[in-house]
Amino acid sequence: MNDLRLAFRQALYINKAFIRNPAALFFTLVFPLMFLVIFTVIFGNGHIQVGPGKTVLVSTFYVPAIAAFSVINACYTNIAISLSGSRDTGALKRIHGSPLPVWAYMAARILHAVAMAIVLVVICAAFGAVFYGATLPTNTLPSFLLTLVVGAAVFSALGVAMTAVIPNADAAPAVVNATILPLLFISNIFIPLENPSGWIDVVGKVFPIRHFADAMIGSFLGLSGSGLHASDFLVMAAWGIGALFFGVRFFRWEPRT
Amino acid sequence: MRGISFKVAEGEVFALLGPNGAGKTTTVEILEGFRHRDGGKVSVLGFDPASGDRRLKEQMGIVLQTTGVDPYLTVAETVDMFRGYYPRPRSRDEVIKLVGLEDKSDARVTRLSGGQRRRLDVAIALAGDPQILFLDEPTTGFDPGAKRNAWEVIKGLAGLGKTIFLTSHSMDEVQFLADRVVIIAAGRIVAEGTPESLMGRQQSDTLIRFRLPDSAGALPESLRGAARLDGGSVEIETRDPTRALFELTSWAVQENVSLERLQVTRPSLEDVYLEITREAEAAGTPA
Repeated sequence: MNDLRLAFRQALYINKAFIRNPAALFFTLVFPLMFLVIFTVIFGNGHIQVGPGKTVLVSTFYVPAIAAFSVINACYTNIAISLSGSRDTGALKRIHGSPLPVWAYMAARILHAVAMAIVLVVICAAFGAVFYGATLPTNTLPSFLLTLVVGAAVFSALGVAMTAVIPNADAAPAVVNATILPLLFISNIFIPLENPSGWIDVVGKVFPIRHFADAMIGSFLGLSGSGLHASDFLVMAAWGIGALFFGVRFFRWEPRT
Repeated sequence: MRGISFKVAEGEVFALLGPNGAGKTTTVEILEGFRHRDGGKVSVLGFDPASGDRRLKEQMGIVLQTTGVDPYLTVAETVDMFRGYYPRPRSRDEVIKLVGLEDKSDARVTRLSGGQRRRLDVAIALAGDPQILFLDEPTTGFDPGAKRNAWEVIKGLAGLGKTIFLTSHSMDEVQFLADRVVIIAAGRIVAEGTPESLMGRQQSDTLIRFRLPDSAGALPESLRGAARLDGGSVEIETRDPTRALFELTSWAVQENVSLERLQVTRPSLEDVYLEITREAEAAGTPA
């Protein structure tokens, strides 16, 4: 109980440092919203078919799609880059030498990332409601929240695992973007996939982003019942668990040199 | 490391010395729990540091060679953050005052100078009111005033019964602080003892230096052999400084010669340290 309080307290310190860091603030909070505005302004007026017999404005599509991108950005990208930075300065080593339990520190990082993700999703949803009448259907709200929480957890775990791969803080943004950018284009996030051609469909479905995006969009737009498919969650869970084991095994608290 | 063994008593200031690459940091990091040993026995306050036992971490303060704190937090926030990890922390203001950062309490870490960051490191190590303090080259980059203050702080902590494990390249620091010294080279202990006993151990000669005016005559016979003349300055190396000085000064008084800039130097801890480590390396200890 006391350690839970410590983790929560640590998350508040992480947040304090975060909001004073202009670069972190911009890339985590402003960046995704910028994409939302740009994409909806450029492509927003068209219509796309998102399900059998269901057609929406492209700008409506972008609300849950960019919400998914925000979660990935706040959890995966933000954690991998900021953890690599803390590792390089020796801040992680110093924490590791203190009595703060390792899990409490990681929980604090993840808690903060998830909180940022939720803030961004709320902003995206509000944006959609105000400008495109794209309100969240109340009957699929639980499935949307479930998707959000599962996705945030999976991408946080992947962010921690990726830190074990990143050689140093200078390389972190490059490594993270190389792993994520191509997938953002073929995973129904930056570009709506109406009838994805064979290989894009196959490659996209190997990685967790496509499944997360489909679940976010499906539940937000209220497609087919709950809007969710078990297969999406199975793939995400597999990546999350894999990342967890990889992170526990290979994560280092000291600079890799 | 190849079979080093030492004990540090409670309340002692213990210094581990050795050239770069001798294994100092390896040894300290094994004691701190950052590094796992391949073999041998280690016990710190009754715990094995490799276990990462929280009860041990709660009683340990660590100053690493390189700093690592969040640049966007203030000094006070940083100290408070770390205080929260310990069951019985020292008061925040007391810790900040101990290292002399009162004026910088509300400054962000980004705004601190190198020496001030180092002092923040020490403050963080003190936050939990540790029983044992590891200081890995704690005053590197300090100006002379700050260094002297830090030494007083460390002395004060030792006075409170804290055990201090110090590594340093500054022999002045070691001479000022350490109760006991262990010197390692190439993974082995090559000397140990109090700074005084180490200095006494070496048979190095005392050096007498002065300037002789041109008008002065020849030195007394007994000193002539040991004297080196370089222009007007003279150096005499002797194992018997009492006798040599007596002969020199009585000669000077008799001849009415003034010995300008007369200086008598004993070998410093640094001289002794250099001699010991050079010997160890010359003895062909494989690196």
